[in-house]
Amino acid sequence: MAEQFQTQQLALANSVAQLPLLTTLNAQGREAFAEAAMPTRKTEAWKYTSLTALLANEYGAPAVAGSNEQLTAAATINGLDAARLVFVNGQLSNELSDALALQQVTLFSQANDGQQALISEKLNSVLTQAQGSEHLFNDLNNANVNEGVLIHVGKNERLQQPLQISYLTTQNANPFAVTARILLVMETGADATVVEHYGSDEHAQVNFTNALTEILVGDNARLQHYRLNLMQEESLHIGSTHIDLGRDSQYNAFHLALGSRITRSDLVVNHNKGGSHCEISGVYIPQNQQLVDFHTCIEHKVAHCTSNEVFRGIMNDKAKAVFNGRIHIHPQAQKTLAELSNKNLLLTNSAEINTKPELEIYADDVKCAHGATVAQLDEKGLFYLRSRGISKREAEVIMSFGFINELLEALPDEAITNLLRPILAQRFGREQDLALHLLENEAAGIAGENA
Amino acid sequence: MISIKNLHANVEDKQILKGLNLEIGPGEVHAIMGPNGAGKSTLGNVLSGRDGYEVTEGSVVLNGKDILEMEPEERAREGLFLAFQYPVEIPGVSNLEFLKASVDAVRAHQGKDALDSVQFLKLAREKCKAVNLDASFLKRGVNEGFSGGEKKRNELMQMMLLEPELCILDETDSGLDIDALQVVAEGVNAMRDPKRSFIVVTHYQRLLDYIVPDYVHVLANGRIVKSGGKELALELEEKGYGWLENSDNGAA
Ligand SMILES: Nc1ncnc2c1ncn2[C@@H]1O[C@H](COP(=O)(O)OP(=O)(O)OP(=O)(O)O)[C@@H](O)[C@H]1O
Ligand SMILES: [Mg+2]
Repeated sequence: MAEQFQTQQLALANSVAQLPLLTTLNAQGREAFAEAAMPTRKTEAWKYTSLTALLANEYGAPAVAGSNEQLTAAATINGLDAARLVFVNGQLSNELSDALALQQVTLFSQANDGQQALISEKLNSVLTQAQGSEHLFNDLNNANVNEGVLIHVGKNERLQQPLQISYLTTQNANPFAVTARILLVMETGADATVVEHYGSDEHAQVNFTNALTEILVGDNARLQHYRLNLMQEESLHIGSTHIDLGRDSQYNAFHLALGSRITRSDLVVNHNKGGSHCEISGVYIPQNQQLVDFHTCIEHKVAHCTSNEVFRGIMNDKAKAVFNGRIHIHPQAQKTLAELSNKNLLLTNSAEINTKPELEIYADDVKCAHGATVAQLDEKGLFYLRSRGISKREAEVIMSFGFINELLEALPDEAITNLLRPILAQRFGREQDLALHLLENEAAGIAGENA
Repeated sequence: MISIKNLHANVEDKQILKGLNLEIGPGEVHAIMGPNGAGKSTLGNVLSGRDGYEVTEGSVVLNGKDILEMEPEERAREGLFLAFQYPVEIPGVSNLEFLKASVDAVRAHQGKDALDSVQFLKLAREKCKAVNLDASFLKRGVNEGFSGGEKKRNELMQMMLLEPELCILDETDSGLDIDALQVVAEGVNAMRDPKRSFIVVTHYQRLLDYIVPDYVHVLANGRIVKSGGKELALELEEKGYGWLENSDNGAA
């Protein structure tokens, strides 16, 4: 089955129209993907993540899809006032997109000479920075990519509006593959908020999104990044985010995966220059038979950098999650301060979590704090709620919601908090009467106030 | 109102309450004082049904109902309220969400309709004001990052919203500045009612100048060892507990 997937994906790669700009990369990708071994249970980075559901189908190129009400709603983040690029089944939706009007944003196919030169120089350059953290699906992305988004924020430039890039899917006659590719280049002193979002409508569909985002945060530049996986239950998603941090730069991020048939998300941060800081929080909440797999890797390559990573997960039903948090402190990375916390709640006996901090520390003058736990709801908190008349079951729902909501409330963009709270409430209070109070702030009209 | 008879309770197999008797009638305010570790908070925890507090003997009857078999939430709905000595922080759970869930649960038990959210917010804001908490506390996580005094005022606000029949205040005065102490005392006094009773646990006779009790009890070594009127508090302030414990030992 694995070989078949490989052969078929290569055939698909060969059949797509190529951009001259990308032919070299495509050829490299094809070669690498053809030679790569498909992961098995023995492949460390895929040990707990079965690809059976992915390999069960053949994925072709989708037909052009129109928009519909559900997609329009999925592409809308109330209160964000973002410039948007929205793709539906891999194709840009002109109707839902307005960000191409910004000079900082273009598609690979529309890039001018200067932008093409930038793409040639930077594309694939971040992916290859961290030895061993790229995988064959990145090769496949390289093999397939024939369109992508370039965001180039110039020196000391500040993007006035958040930029939202949504890759949405809807139904198609046959199972199909989408290749999503983003290159974000921030020059010295640049400042931006970027929301990368994957979603779908409710129509029955079989699709596989292969996403690859490369980000260069220049010296003194600052990025606020959201990566939101909000696809429907049956979606298959394998995505990677690779980041290059310049001197005194900041990468602040929130990564969310609701869960789907398969959601695999890799996040690799390269501290390449001193004084850079990354502050990452993340949430995963798979239910039913869903699977979420987060592999994060913080590469501390130079001295005087800090990283702080906080991920929380709640697994319900028979869902399964994997969290692998690697921190790699190179010999010359003295005075590194690296923190990682991963807390998990299992709501049923058949839910599963495999969490593992993976520390490789080769410098001696560093501070590295890490913890990975499978926790219970706090007994004191539960009793406190019950002592006020709240039933045990509602108290459990309230506490579970709070466990995740704590991270949501800390987000700098209220619109994202407000987008996610109702989605979360629905996850935790599947019985109406138990979820009754989760959105009390919204009901009373004080959501978003003094956040 | 509540009748506690010969109450024995263990925590982690250690006997803490050793035959405690207390009768409280409707509308009465009873102060309980006593040395550290005597079992005052344990009494509050046992009455409110906390896990891990095992009753080995005795009975507690609230308004004619045996509450020892009830879940904590049922006791709360029956009108029992404990203002915690150490209120719990619950990050991520908004105070407003918590308060509304709580008030709705108690009202439902009383056969009353749930308040609508806007109505409730208005009410909650009024109570905030009454305890001198800024309304922004409603949106914050339950007790999350509240100062000691703010936590105590949050307890009092909950009591005002729930309008319980039996209020147990466990050192609600500890850690309060002088102004806050007045606020709390005024709040309690405003709630005094012929049908509502109070157990006020405190170490300081000062509170009892503001909240004047009908009875003062000394809880030592798991039992009520002395009861009296409000003048007992003054006597304790002067003499400490030594003389009582001695007499207790002598009697045992
Ligand atoms: N969960 C527990 N585990 C172990 N021991 C406990 C626990 N709770 C209470 N105790 C013990 O029971 C005894 C009574 O404690 P309690 O908190 O009731 O005292 P208190 O009278 O409220 O004291 P204070 O005036 O200091 O608040 C103490 O010795 C205490 O250490
Ligand atoms: Mg106490």
